[in-house]
Amino acid sequence: MSKLIKRYSFFVVALLAMAMLAIWDWSREVKALHVLYFSLQEMLLVIPPIFLLLGFLDVWVPKETMTRYMGPEAGIKGVLLAVFIGSAAAGPLYGAFPVAAVLMKKGVSFTNILIFIGAWSTTKIPMFLFEMAALGPKFAWTRLAVDIPGIIIIAWVLNRIVSSKEKAAIIQNAANL
Amino acid sequence: MLNVALYIICLLIIALSWWKDKQKTKLALVKAWKSFENILPQFLGVLVLIGIMLAYLDTNTISKLLGNQSGWWGIIIAAMIGAVTLIPGFVAFPTAALLLKNGAGLMQMGAFVSTLMMVGIVTMPVEIKYFGRKLTIYRNLLAFLFSFLVAWVIGVAAK
Repeated sequence: MSKLIKRYSFFVVALLAMAMLAIWDWSREVKALHVLYFSLQEMLLVIPPIFLLLGFLDVWVPKETMTRYMGPEAGIKGVLLAVFIGSAAAGPLYGAFPVAAVLMKKGVSFTNILIFIGAWSTTKIPMFLFEMAALGPKFAWTRLAVDIPGIIIIAWVLNRIVSSKEKAAIIQNAANL
Repeated sequence: MLNVALYIICLLIIALSWWKDKQKTKLALVKAWKSFENILPQFLGVLVLIGIMLAYLDTNTISKLLGNQSGWWGIIIAAMIGAVTLIPGFVAFPTAALLLKNGAGLMQMGAFVSTLMMVGIVTMPVEIKYFGRKLTIYRNLLAFLFSFLVAWVIGVAAK
């Protein structure tokens, strides 16, 4: 019971803030609830399939296969796969983190996981099409051209910043999630 | 559209897996549920925070904040607004397009769109749960700084 309370404490604090807003400013509260309703809808629509696919990936795809294609020895093939999987994804960025956790368990290299996160955050194909329509092809293509090398460099730098001990701890943590 | 495809793929995989191995299918479903339930408290908390935040930073407020600003100061404000908000792309891009039409600069919009997608201040509790505090802070920081480069290139190239 106390474990449950501890796990949900952040959520409860957020709800309390929401309740305070209701007293403070009712019209903003209505707006906040409206946004909450839509993001809950988005979460319930997009997130369950992601977790389902992850469950099946975890059970059916052997670690050796994933390591071969995206592990530390996979080279450029692993980088391309990481960019591709991240770009083909659907859903908000917070959906990428559980996927990353399973990739860690499956022996995907740390840099490739960080590239995958970067790709999911900013080079998603459906979003790109949207961006082209709204802001024009020049804007969208320029951003993509800067972003692809950018996310690879950021991943490389992050991989350097974090020590191998810290990486091991992160991977261990992912296995328990 | 995309969601329908996602659900169809899921159903196909479940069916195929069930046909191949019932035991493994059950295990996969249990794993899916467990990892979902594990992160659910963080998800819910973040969604409530996003609700409160966007009640203050709605499209109107964002246009006011970005519309009149120019130069590097405008880029910094745009990048900061993008970093703290989490707006779905199908709202963000038309908003940015509207702002451009109303006189906002290309560089400002480049910074806004870039940090909006790459930097997630409100989603940090979720990110920390998976990646730890240090990596989360560095990733967001580097993505934030990188967005200025993106803004500059867009300002030069997309004119």
